[in-house]
Amino acid sequence: MSEMKKFLYLNRKAPYGTIYALESLEVVLIGAAFEQEVSLAFLDDGVFQLMNNQDASGTGMKGFSKTYRALGDYEVRKLYVETESLALRGLAVDDLMPITWEDEDEDYAEKPSIIPVSKAELAELIAGHDVVLSF
Amino acid sequence: MSTLHTVNKSPYERNALKSCLDHVSSGDTVLLIEDGVLAARKGGAFVSALRDAGCLVCALGPDLSARGVAADVAEGIHVIDYGGFVDLAAAAKRVCAWL
Amino acid sequence: MRFALQINEGPYTHQASDTAYQFAKAALARGHEIFRVFFYHDGVNNGTRYTVPPQDDRNLQKLWSDLAEQHNVDLVVCIAAAQRRGILDANEAKRQGKDGDNIAPGFRISGLGQLIEAGIQADRLIVFGD
Repeated sequence: MSEMKKFLYLNRKAPYGTIYALESLEVVLIGAAFEQEVSLAFLDDGVFQLMNNQDASGTGMKGFSKTYRALGDYEVRKLYVETESLALRGLAVDDLMPITWEDEDEDYAEKPSIIPVSKAELAELIAGHDVVLSF
Repeated sequence: MSTLHTVNKSPYERNALKSCLDHVSSGDTVLLIEDGVLAARKGGAFVSALRDAGCLVCALGPDLSARGVAADVAEGIHVIDYGGFVDLAAAAKRVCAWL
Repeated sequence: MRFALQINEGPYTHQASDTAYQFAKAALARGHEIFRVFFYHDGVNNGTRYTVPPQDDRNLQKLWSDLAEQHNVDLVVCIAAAQRRGILDANEAKRQGKDGDNIAPGFRISGLGQLIEAGIQADRLIVFGD
């Protein structure tokens, strides 16, 4: 693939009520094989996708929250979370799963993948990507 | 380079329009489609937010007509057809859907 | 200009497929190319040839099939989403031991990589959904 594009996945919906969160993750995992630059943004109810202590077992649905923690292995290292969306829902970054990636240049030091951003910073992120996939 | 934002939800039911307007950059265009066009009805609660958005706001004419609001579009909102939608998408650098 | 479209919803419940179709038609009329239409989530339901809408209603599946034939538009149905929802081509039906297939003319079943590739190859990717 000659051309390198920057992909932004815009996640605005809570998990489980609809399939979009799960399917967004599926595209991200498949897309990792294409060696494009990938960022994920979580805003509005999308921030609930990253909640710690998710347990879907009682719903009969397949839980998929653990997959977010594996994203680092797919070189997906930028998970932008909008702080205003968190605050509106009574949440803080501490309520989210600890998601990290291993920096091979620094003796595989574990670094956080979750990057808190403001609304204004997220607007700049949208403007800085080639393709925006909305879920 | 600019972004074309599409909004297809009624602002009276969902927050897609509000979220979109919170994330526009200068030079962007907001296009109301499907139930999103309901925001464009004059006298509605979101007209001032559209006016203050600081970017070009358009609404899809066929969707306005289908919903009976084509004759009452708030001032400053540009009504376009599907061809206009294509032109806006081509002119922007990217299209961002607020679903 | 090359456009790629993603459709996330099935026909008749949501307007997404109608809007995407009108967009595609307008883009082609202006001399643009529709590189690919990718049907995802419930959007795969646009691709069954077994739909029989009332005669005074539009037949979205047929509209898409005709567009594909007339303008060589690549209509791709996501395989994982299709399997979940019972959209099968002859190969898949055989492979899964089902007694028939239902994919409509002009549609083909393939993987999510086709969506990523569309994002890379097309000048603009536009998402239609709910």
